[in-house]
Formats: sequence, structure tokens, C-alpha cells
Amino acid sequence: MRNDFVKQILVSMEQDPSIVFLTGDLGYNALELIAKRFPKRFYNIGIAEQNMIGIAAGLALSGHKVITYSIASFITMRCYEQIRNDICYHNLDVKIIGTGGGFNYSHNGVTHHTVEDLAIMSALPKMKVVCPSYSWEAVEATKAIIADSGPAYLRLGKSPGIDYQKTNWKFKLGQGYIIKPGKDLTLFLTGNITDIAFNVAEIIEKKTGLSMAIVSLTSVKPIDRKLIIQRAKISKGIFTLEEHGLIGGLGSAVSSVLSEAGIGTRFKSFGLKDEFVKLVGTREYLCEAAGIGPIQIANEIIKIIKNAH
Amino acid sequence: MSVIKNISPVGAGQEIKRLVLMMTHKSHTDHLGSALSISDILAALYFKVLKINPKNHLDPKRDRFILSKGHGASALYATLALRGFYPLKELERYRINKGRFHGHPCHEAAPGIEVSTGSLGHGLSIGAGIALALKQKNNPARVYVLLGDGECQEGSIWEAAMFCVSNKLNSVIPIIDVNGWQGFGSTQNIHPGNLAKRWRGFGWQVLTCDGHDVTALIKTLNQARRATKATVVLAKTISGKGAPLIEDQLRAHYYILKEDEYTETIKSYEK
Repeated sequence: MRNDFVKQILVSMEQDPSIVFLTGDLGYNALELIAKRFPKRFYNIGIAEQNMIGIAAGLALSGHKVITYSIASFITMRCYEQIRNDICYHNLDVKIIGTGGGFNYSHNGVTHHTVEDLAIMSALPKMKVVCPSYSWEAVEATKAIIADSGPAYLRLGKSPGIDYQKTNWKFKLGQGYIIKPGKDLTLFLTGNITDIAFNVAEIIEKKTGLSMAIVSLTSVKPIDRKLIIQRAKISKGIFTLEEHGLIGGLGSAVSSVLSEAGIGTRFKSFGLKDEFVKLVGTREYLCEAAGIGPIQIANEIIKIIKNAH
Repeated sequence: MSVIKNISPVGAGQEIKRLVLMMTHKSHTDHLGSALSISDILAALYFKVLKINPKNHLDPKRDRFILSKGHGASALYATLALRGFYPLKELERYRINKGRFHGHPCHEAAPGIEVSTGSLGHGLSIGAGIALALKQKNNPARVYVLLGDGECQEGSIWEAAMFCVSNKLNSVIPIIDVNGWQGFGSTQNIHPGNLAKRWRGFGWQVLTCDGHDVTALIKTLNQARRATKATVVLAKTISGKGAPLIEDQLRAHYYILKEDEYTETIKSYEK
């Protein structure tokens, strides 16, 4: 998805001379082309995230559209107050790009896991929170946040290598996409976790015969309330899945939509418990160990559905 | 992984590098450049300078060490194993599934790891806090904090630098691994300037030495220990030192040696 993002940025920077790109010393084997093609609009600020966000605010106050880029944990948490006060409070045209969201930095350890970003970014007024799941969404989400004139956070992960979009789809911030149809159950997800979601659906279908729709809610804020309510009305159960803590992420957002709409449905969110995942291993290993492996999720969903009968 | 008995500090520097090469090769992971860059500094610290006892690793009188540039973690793990904090065999559990050691230090992973790090710019403030607590207890222990030269771009480093000078905390000793490289370029290209002058400007005494000359490192680090004012050590190093294919290059931070390259590199350590 990082490459999809970079490709789109090259196009956007060509079209819009007001765009300035700032990186917090990240970009090896990724940003070289942007640096080369736009040397006067590309700056490596150095290892200084707070400074980078402040500079972005200054540039945006002076008429620029600014892209800021670093590892997701650092660009959201290290400079949170600068994002809140300098960017959101002033409602500036600054985009925060976090790479390696979730467990993508896996065995780099807890400091590099980004599993609180959706919650803390969603909590900020004016901030849009976008978390693509695959290439098409990454490109379209990049286009959409650039077209928008306010603050946005884009969380990038790894592409599953499969594109799920239909030819007639048009991307819109705040809209969800049904990437797999299914009439019985609905699983909402955000970010690069389609691999686990499709496995879950397959296990459930094999074991129970129930078909599960998979819906990508790329945009966590604003969220597609209409689609959530619509799916809840026709599904025997609503589930959410994210590589993020259970507090304040997609699960919280979906359950809030359901409860505010007064919809009673079987519901469970799958994400990370309220503890640090200190184990060492790959992303897939960490997901399993943290309880969001496909078999664990499928079994829990089956139990919920069975208990309901 | 064989153990060398009664290893000298110089020998330890070489052995740490050999272990780092083996660990990164086995796990097929990055950050080799930084780990090799700090290996001799860790050898000087753990095999001469630090007052520590692996058998009593929580002794209140021990010197503390914080690896603020956490991405050099493999060198720290190798050093602690070589110094007897845990068996060398444990190093096989570096950055693999069900492993013990992350790519950045976790304080719960093993005895001897004082602080979890991985996001740059945290170590000196934590070190200052520990030094403040030691001062209040009249504890003569020292706190050595290893930072990167690129890491000095984080504002928090200078907030801590001011605090240490204002509070006369000469027991916290920052060591800067000046290898001249950071994640996406050369440090002098991104922020040209004189690091020593910057530290002096904040009121620090600056000592410099060759970061691969273990004898010189021991002398300088001990001089810093005895100093009566806040003292920082600038150790001039080479990213990827001891792996000629990646020495002093940006890619040293990311590059994973291919099988034949690794075999060739490790040979020179096995003579």
C-alpha cells in the first residue's frame, strides 16, 4: 500500500504545485522518486516528529497542502499535541501518513506496534481517519484526503495483493465497501486484515453453511452509518475486526452506531485486549497470539450464533 | 555459539560483532549497521567500565545502561549474553516466532535490560530521572545512555540536556554513536553542523574518541565517570563496522547480507 500511496502522491504533486511533502526521516526504498522529482517541495525534517508537525502547520497557514510521513506509532503519538493544537484546532490542510499500522512492524516490538492510533486520531475534532485495506482503497483514499481541505490521518499497512473493487465503484470518504457478499452474517473490517477476514468467512461457511459478508470500512471517521444500519437489519449477527485495540477503534465506532440507532443485534468486536502484546514474532504470529487469528474468531462467532438459537 | 573464557574488552568487541552477524543472519532481519556501529562501545562499557554484576543484576549500587537508540538491540543482547546475564544460546531467539528478543529492547525480555526503548529520543530523559533519584540517595552509581547522532535531532534530547546541566547531574553520561547516518540520509546532509559545539552550547563538557578503539573508549568513559560537570562522550564510529560490504553506507541500516556475503563476512571472525 505504501507503493500505491507513493504512486498517487507523484500524480497529485504534479497536478497541485501547492503540495509539500515532509518526512520524519522515513522513506528508504520508497520516497526517493518524490524527493528527486520535487526537490523544492520535499523535505526530510529529520528525526523530529513534533517539529515536523509544527512546520506542516506553518506551511499550511501559508497556503500549502502538506503531506507528513513517518512510522504510524511515531507520527501519531510522539506529536499528538502538535496534531491537536497546531493542525486540528486551526483546521489546517495537513495529512498525517502513518506507515506500518497495526502489527506490521511485528518483531520490532511494542514501540513500533500501532494499535491505538485509530482511537486517538478519531478523538480529535476535524480529523478524518482513513485506513485502507487493499491497493484500490489506498490509491483512492490518498486521492480523497488530498482533495479534501482539512486534516486527515491515513494509516497504511501491507497490501494483501488482491483488489476487491467492482468496476462501478466510486470512492468516497465515509463510505464502506462490500468486498465479499454474504446474506447471513456481516463482518466489518478496517485496514490490512482482509487475509484474516476471508479465512474467518471460509471457516464459518464450511462449518455452518452460513454466508458472511465482508465489508471494508476504510473510513473510520466519518463512518458509513447507513451501511452499518442496513447490514444490521438484514444480518443474523454483526461483527467487527481490526488490528487495533478494542477501545476506541472500529468496534467502538460500529457499536455506537448500532446502539444510537436502537438496533438490537448479535454483536461482537474482535481486536486487541487492553494490554501490550510483548511476544516476539511476525504479524501473523502476533495476531494469533493476541486472539485475533482466523480459527479463534470463527469459533467465537459460531458459538455466538449457536447460543442465539 | 561458542563461549570465549576470560575475554578481553577488545576481544569482546569482535565477539559481539560476530554474534550480531549471526543473529541478524539467522533471523533475516535489518539494523545490522547500527548494531555493529555500537559493538565496541558496549564492549568497553560491559567488559571494563560499568560496575555491574550479572549475578546481582538489580543491585541498587550498579551502574545503569540505557540503549536509547534501541535499534542497535542485537548488540546489547549479544553483550549481555557474553557477560553472563543469560546463556548465549538464548541469542538464537532473536526476532523469530515465539522468540525472546525484539528488534528493540524490552525490559522484561532478560535481566540486564534496564529500560524498554525503540522510539528515539527517550533514553536521556529517563537516564536523567534515574540520576536524579541516585543523587537524592547519595548513590555514586553512574547512568550511561547511548544515543545516535541522528537521534540528537529529537527535541527531547535537548530538554534533557538542559535539565542535567541545571540540576548538576554529572552522573548521567550520554555517549553519542556518531556514525553519520540516519534512516533516510547522511546526518550532515540533513542537519549540517558541529555536534560538539551544540552540546557545549548547552553547557556540557565534550570528550571525543574513536568509537572502535576499545582502549581509548575505556579511558574516555572513565574520564567522564570522574568528571565534576555534565560530560558527554562523542564516539566516532562506522555504521556496519566489521561487515565491509555495508560499512559507512545508508543501506547498512536495512541491508540483509545474502548467504554468500554472510559466509564471506563471518570468515574473518573465525580466524
